Amino acid sequence: MNKFSVNLTINDIPVTVPEGTTILEAAKKLDFRIPTLCYHEDLCVAGNCRVCVVEQVGAKALVAACATPVAEGMCIHTNSATVRTARKTIIQLLLSEHNADCTKCYKNGNCELQNLAHEYRVGEHVFIDLINERRLTIDDLSPSIIKDDSKCIRCQRCVRTCHDIQGVSALAVAYKGDHQKISTFLDHPLVEVVCTNCGQCINRCPVGALVEKTNIEEVWDAINDPTKHVVVQTAPAVRVAIGEELGYDPGERLTGKMVTALRRLGFNSVLDTDFTADLTILEEGTELLTRLKKVLVDKDETVALPMTTSCSPGWVKFIEHTFPEFLPNVSTCKSPQQMFGALAKTYYATKKGLKAQDVCVVSIMPCTAKKYEANRPEMRSSGYKDVDYVLTTRELGTMIKQAGINFRNLEESHYDSLMGDSTGAGVIFGATGGVMEAALRTVYEIVTGREVPFKNLNILPVRGIEGVREATIKIEGCQPEWGFLEGVEVSCAVAHSLANAKKLMEAVKAGLVNYHFIEIMACPGGCLGGGGQPIPTSAEIRNKRSQAIYNEDAGLPLRKSHDNPEVKILYEEFLGAPNSHKAHTLLHTHYTPRKRY
Amino acid sequence: MLDVQKIIEDVTQVYGKSRTALMPILQAVVKERNYLEDKEMIAVAKALDLSPAEVFGTASFYTFLDTVPRGKYCIRVCKTISCHMAGKDEIIKALEDTLRIKVGETTVDKQFTLMTANCLGWCHKGPVMLINDEVYPELTPQRAIEIVNGYRRENAG
Amino acid sequence: MEIENTRPKRVDFIFNKEGIDPLKVVEKTIQRNPDDIILDMIDSGLKGRGGAGFPTGLKWKFTKNEDSPVKYVICNADEGEPGTFKDREILDQVPEKVFSGLSICGYTVGAREGFIYLRGEYNFLLKSLNEKLKRFNDGLKKMGLDFTIQMRSGSGAYICGEESALFESMEGYRGEPRNKPPYPTVAGYLGKPTAINNVETLVYACMICQFGPEKFREIGTRDSRGSKVFSVSGDTPKAGIHELELGMTVQQFVEEFGDGDTKAVQVGGASGGCVPRKNFKDTIIGYEGIPTGGSMMLFNSSRSMYNVLHDYLEFFTEESCGQCTPCRVGCQQLLKGIEAVKRGERPPAYLEDLKKLAATMKLSAKCGLGQSVANPFVSIVNNFREEIIY
Repeated sequence: MNKFSVNLTINDIPVTVPEGTTILEAAKKLDFRIPTLCYHEDLCVAGNCRVCVVEQVGAKALVAACATPVAEGMCIHTNSATVRTARKTIIQLLLSEHNADCTKCYKNGNCELQNLAHEYRVGEHVFIDLINERRLTIDDLSPSIIKDDSKCIRCQRCVRTCHDIQGVSALAVAYKGDHQKISTFLDHPLVEVVCTNCGQCINRCPVGALVEKTNIEEVWDAINDPTKHVVVQTAPAVRVAIGEELGYDPGERLTGKMVTALRRLGFNSVLDTDFTADLTILEEGTELLTRLKKVLVDKDETVALPMTTSCSPGWVKFIEHTFPEFLPNVSTCKSPQQMFGALAKTYYATKKGLKAQDVCVVSIMPCTAKKYEANRPEMRSSGYKDVDYVLTTRELGTMIKQAGINFRNLEESHYDSLMGDSTGAGVIFGATGGVMEAALRTVYEIVTGREVPFKNLNILPVRGIEGVREATIKIEGCQPEWGFLEGVEVSCAVAHSLANAKKLMEAVKAGLVNYHFIEIMACPGGCLGGGGQPIPTSAEIRNKRSQAIYNEDAGLPLRKSHDNPEVKILYEEFLGAPNSHKAHTLLHTHYTPRKRY
Repeated sequence: MLDVQKIIEDVTQVYGKSRTALMPILQAVVKERNYLEDKEMIAVAKALDLSPAEVFGTASFYTFLDTVPRGKYCIRVCKTISCHMAGKDEIIKALEDTLRIKVGETTVDKQFTLMTANCLGWCHKGPVMLINDEVYPELTPQRAIEIVNGYRRENAG
Repeated sequence: MEIENTRPKRVDFIFNKEGIDPLKVVEKTIQRNPDDIILDMIDSGLKGRGGAGFPTGLKWKFTKNEDSPVKYVICNADEGEPGTFKDREILDQVPEKVFSGLSICGYTVGAREGFIYLRGEYNFLLKSLNEKLKRFNDGLKKMGLDFTIQMRSGSGAYICGEESALFESMEGYRGEPRNKPPYPTVAGYLGKPTAINNVETLVYACMICQFGPEKFREIGTRDSRGSKVFSVSGDTPKAGIHELELGMTVQQFVEEFGDGDTKAVQVGGASGGCVPRKNFKDTIIGYEGIPTGGSMMLFNSSRSMYNVLHDYLEFFTEESCGQCTPCRVGCQQLLKGIEAVKRGERPPAYLEDLKKLAATMKLSAKCGLGQSVANPFVSIVNNFREEIIY
């Protein structure tokens, strides 16, 4: 028996747990669920909604189960009459300041407050409706996020997300008392502040106060427009999470069924962002090698190292705001989504005999920042908006339900050809460390002519959940043209979630660390934990999605981006070579320094 | 002209460049000019490596750290029970009449802002008001007007 | 116990400047072992004078026993409770005694830094306090005590009187109370063990060190030792500060301070309880009866208790920090609720729903102040129901 264990009883059942365990966790161990609203396992404890209050025998008041550590001999009752009355009253109080127009709410059916109201059968409104007394605003100016203060229950999960996980603090608690609210700086719209559109707040909002700006209707209109050829691309992380929207447990790989479902929705062609993920590796890998050569051989001081990835639009907006001096370090490669859009309206359109203006590109993304990215003015290199509409994984789930598709019974099918092929390297883009791993698989082979020296190509040091991970690969036995890299230890770092990214970049800035290549994903776990993924999220759920991604990779016949046959054809027939002039025009971009303050 | 950089330097010399310096900096700004401007909150955020929203969120919690423009003299009449019983309504009425503004407003010449406040801690000598940091207990409507006139004269002279 | 109906006994400890040099008290006391000082504090029976009434000696002991190289002591001068103004008078008249008590506390628990958190409404005291503090700090330095005191200011937020909210404010955050445990003696200001005491408590601590615990202990009652500074206001010809021996009944108090027509006394400020005339005789002012931070507000029969309650609820609605549901929403509901009953939009029976709400607030609000909103509500609605309805 651990000497730091604590004995207590919960609902008269004895339990022994380690010191420091909260009542909530101890109850869970006994399979007693205590309802919560402000509590979220990804975040620091707030203890402010008070829904989780329980009775501690001998205490004069109820205690918050999420915030109270166990103590020796404690007697807890989680469902006494006192507890039930208090809990029900608290739920009624929350409803009295909540715009409880549930049938019109975007979150109807996936709202934690609604669930609790149902569970506790709150019945008629006892209290006076406070919602009409305030001038509560809706901020729908962002292309990614809608913030509706009338729905907000002030649990502060979003504030803690923005601070603890992302280190951004675009959202903060403002004012006090009856005027207290969640606010940006001076209540400016989200588009005017440092918000990165990552959507992590959406993932954790228990109600409908923070939701994505939906484009479902626009996409239906495009599908129904006979003059449009609607192409859909699906990001790597969508296939391992869409199931959660459709009643599956987390971690189901549903690529084939999803492709069939997309076809049934009426898309003219179902293609894969993984294709352009592979393409990204060739472009970005070549860019990295070029930078290394310029620095190591040409001693060109204008070339910046370490090079960082650029696939995550939340990260890109973050660095534009927070470290604008490092913008030359960001790979000029567009994200796979945008490479896809640019090619769909040029290469694809030509091959299919279509006019660019008749091609409509829809992306299914695990991400809300992708909606913002698609709207960037730089993203029109086809002469048109390269990606017309971006839907989140959640919105795709909604469309499948709207279309009445019995997803479970669908047959599996393959992506269409021409930008539908992919390798395992493209798939792992969806997990933190995946871009790094994919890039190393390709770069090492380009330079040495041999596969990366890791068993089954699995570069385990860059995988995992630690916020910042490092790896070095010594390059030996170079091909003649890469002789300058002989013996070089390529040093890499991987960070996910922006708070970790900030730490890493501060260390780079201070000269404490030296890397050649850095992969950064804005969201915890990478894209699989993106702001457009199914709600709820937790470390466990993200871990299951991650396993699914790596299983998908392991099961594919091709696992190195440079082996992608359609990518080879694309270079042969259209782009020439990686980083060619044409590739630069269509596949690369530039960045805009923005103010943090 | 209020020099926020100087204030930040002075305060962080004493308190260090940590978050504990936040309140003293904001208080020093408000002492000079009665409210915080956007650019000052931004400057403070920058100096302490906070987001502007965090500075705004903290400032707006505190009644005295106003984030909307206020006059040179902030009049705060206590409205809590003892002062209520002692006649704060008459004081407010007299001040509204002489300043020609309502509670919450600022005079056109930006000299006076009239506000109410929660208990100022002079319950035995109500009604009471603060003008900036100065306290004026045992008010009558007449005396309140005279005090305001005193500020007017001081300002004119 | 038979309570004699005599007048409240006046005491002159706090403001008496004769026979005491606060700096000398520190000098004398720091010759002693900290554990002995704590024993004196415990023996004296001194309880925190801010309202919560936690035994001061225990608070010091817990802080001292924490194993931490850095500790803090703080004087809570964020006196925001409506009806309370004693701390302002004390800091105005005998600040050195407060400094003395804080220095002794610092020495006892092993802190090198002390702070006085003064509410922003008392900023006019700052200049003179800082001057006196400078002299006092110099004095401490001269006697070789490694301890200094600094002033910190609030900026208008009642809730910062709650100790953990006060730490948050000092750390540069919104004054939102923290979850407890951990308590301040374990993790207070900047997460370090912190002994936080009310202004008046520190003066009594200084006096106990000067005159010994017996002198304090011999007055008052078993549960409420010593004397207390009362802030008396409302319908009284004797509004002001009065130091009285603890243990009197409200009846005794009213006979001394009332205007002959007192119908109710609000004991303990807005967050305290309202004692109606019928209970004057049976209610002891002290920990065995109705505890108070010293605010005594008298109401005569010309006053509407609806207005009194309305004022209190408006105060709490605005001054709630807003983070926890029971307090933020509950205060608004109580306020709107009595307004609706008054206007006839809700039936009188709605007051029962509101009382249940108040009970939930008392049980489930995050901090002591949020929990105490129920006190005035329930006591006023129970005793003056007709005034609330009609």
